[in-house]
Amino acid sequence: MSTSPLLELRGINKSFGVVHVLHDVDLAIYPGQVTALVGDNGAGKSTLVKAVAGIYPLDSGEYRFDGKPVEVHGPKDASALGIEVVYQDLALCENLDIVENMFLGREMKTGPVLDETSMESKAREVLASLSVRTVKSVRQSVSSLSGGQRQTVAIAKAALWNSKIVLLDEPTAALGVAQTRQVLDLVRRLADSGVGVLLISHNLTDVFEVADRITALYLGRVAADVATKDVTSRQVVELITTGTSSDLDGAAAPSATA
Amino acid sequence: MTDIITDAEEAGFANDRTQSNTLGEAARAYVNRVRGGDMGALPAILGLLVLFIVFGLANDRFLSALNMANLITQAGAIIVLAMGLVMVLLLGDIDLSAGVTGGASAAVMGLAIADHDLPWGVAVLGALVTGAVIGLVIGLIVAKVGIPSFVVTLAFFLGLQGLLLKLIGDGGSVRVDQEVIKGITKNNVPPTWGWVLAVVVIVVYALLALRSHRLKVSKGLQHQPLAVVVAQIVALAVILLVVTYVLNLNRAPNAGFVIEGIPYVLPLVIALLIAWTMVLGRTAYGRHVYAVGGNPEAARRAGINVDRIRISVFMFGSSMAALSGVIAASNLGKVSTSSGGGNTLLYAVGAAVIGGTSLFGGKGKARDAVIGGLVIATIANGLGLLDQASYINFIVTGGVLLLAASVDAISRRRRSATGL
Ligand SMILES: Nc1ncnc2c1ncn2[C@@H]1O[C@H](COP(=O)(O)OP(=O)(O)OP(=O)(O)O)[C@@H](O)[C@H]1O
Ligand SMILES: [Mg+2]
Repeated sequence: MSTSPLLELRGINKSFGVVHVLHDVDLAIYPGQVTALVGDNGAGKSTLVKAVAGIYPLDSGEYRFDGKPVEVHGPKDASALGIEVVYQDLALCENLDIVENMFLGREMKTGPVLDETSMESKAREVLASLSVRTVKSVRQSVSSLSGGQRQTVAIAKAALWNSKIVLLDEPTAALGVAQTRQVLDLVRRLADSGVGVLLISHNLTDVFEVADRITALYLGRVAADVATKDVTSRQVVELITTGTSSDLDGAAAPSATA
Repeated sequence: MTDIITDAEEAGFANDRTQSNTLGEAARAYVNRVRGGDMGALPAILGLLVLFIVFGLANDRFLSALNMANLITQAGAIIVLAMGLVMVLLLGDIDLSAGVTGGASAAVMGLAIADHDLPWGVAVLGALVTGAVIGLVIGLIVAKVGIPSFVVTLAFFLGLQGLLLKLIGDGGSVRVDQEVIKGITKNNVPPTWGWVLAVVVIVVYALLALRSHRLKVSKGLQHQPLAVVVAQIVALAVILLVVTYVLNLNRAPNAGFVIEGIPYVLPLVIALLIAWTMVLGRTAYGRHVYAVGGNPEAARRAGINVDRIRISVFMFGSSMAALSGVIAASNLGKVSTSSGGGNTLLYAVGAAVIGGTSLFGGKGKARDAVIGGLVIATIANGLGLLDQASYINFIVTGGVLLLAASVDAISRRRRSATGL
């Protein structure tokens, strides 16, 4: 690989009480590439994303950004590095409107007063650049949006901040055909603009379409970290379900047999 | 108008209208919101109107200038307490000790003046600090230990009554006859100054509202039709001018005396209303309070310090309770062992909920406390004039609270059903 990873995790462990969810996980995200994170239900994908985002403290392991070790103790640290996350459970405030949600925690202000006009203009701009047509008004409360619309808002929120890394936890799981299309296009566009994208998905067609690399998790361990062009869909299914793939060349499947 | 739509289409917002074209459309949009369960202050305002008509017809003294002034001084303490509770309710929490926090804080003020001859300013500051400290402790326990606020503040409800007994002795009371403090509810703004105040408030509000409307139009942002903005300004002007007129009438019951002017408590309430409306609606802090009330996990992931918000809200709530205790002491002329006990707290919770604040968190405004507080005070005042036994008052107020809570719960269900 010519470029070096923008974000790199080495030997990550994470337990919830006695449940050991992540075992010595290595993860690399490259700028301008889409890395797909695949794995069965409960493999630990969402946990890994939350660890990257600073939501869960790590039990052990190294967190490197731009080649340097960094300390991430909370969501603020992660977003200061330029890491944005779109969570599986979205985490929007239903009582707030679209603009308010997009700027939550990072409101624009003039003096002590919120700068609503700038925020609304900026939100409009970003939504328009993502070709969002289905939202009736940016001042609509999130409780009035459909699942797909909420997803779009959450992604637009991540795109708002000129982020360096965007993590998307199953962004297309609840979407119809057209909206899935839009989100995948958007994912590709984000990566093409230089952002490092991590995409969690159960849909291998989607993964093979947009991803440059695939990292497979099996029971909290990395089963494989390979370039998409080097694997077939059948091999990835094997990695997801059994943690190993017989005809995958050994170097690409580091720890599955360990 | 047409070019706004074209712009929006170019920007990819085929449906994103920045304006409801006509007054009719704006009205229809509002009706739809109400149907969808977003009632806002409407039920409370209608209720207040009905109460005024019923009591006005039932007793000709109800609408008299003297009684209106009474009503306002009675409502003052309830409204201020309810404003603090709106904050706490916004988080989905409750402060059952707010009433007695007011009583204990007022006792601190009363004793500071009576026993220690401190100036009134220092005494009031002492009351506010007492409230803030109580709120700090409650907030710390709720946020850091993780006990539901219902239980923590129930404990404080009992404990603070004990503190109050200790402070002023069994069955005793502290007289409050300091001029300024008594004056909050007993003295009136000179009529000329009353008019000046009313006009200034109206003009400033009108200028700000029109300026913000113009700004939104020029930037192509979502805005209400100009007619609605003007209607709101006119409504505010009419209410303020009528209230000022009525309160500036001579309301002395005996000839030869003159009692006229707006009781000082009214400008105090209006100032607090403006301040809290600004804080909740226009600052990042206020936005974060709503966020924590709506979805604490989302707030946390957005980098908001949820514990700090919760603790500060309890501190503000209890400080407002302290101020409410001072106003009640001013009205009563004393602080007694039962100050802030009894139905004080329930009246204030009722006021907030009747005004439209949700018990489920995330929804509410400072103005809810004012409208709801007026409803509660009107019921007590009107039934009092009708010489009804006080049991009727309890039953009616309890019924109204239940009604308001049902409206809240049902409209919440409708909101999630219609997604409004
Ligand atoms: N907060 C928590 N406390 C305890 N256990 C947890 C917690 N969060 C996740 N787990 C456990 O960790 C494991 C991995 O969960 P995770 O949500 O990361 O899976 P996932 O790969 O995202 O699955 P899915 O595809 O269903 O979203 C599961 O066994 C889950 O029960
Ligand atoms: Mg998951």
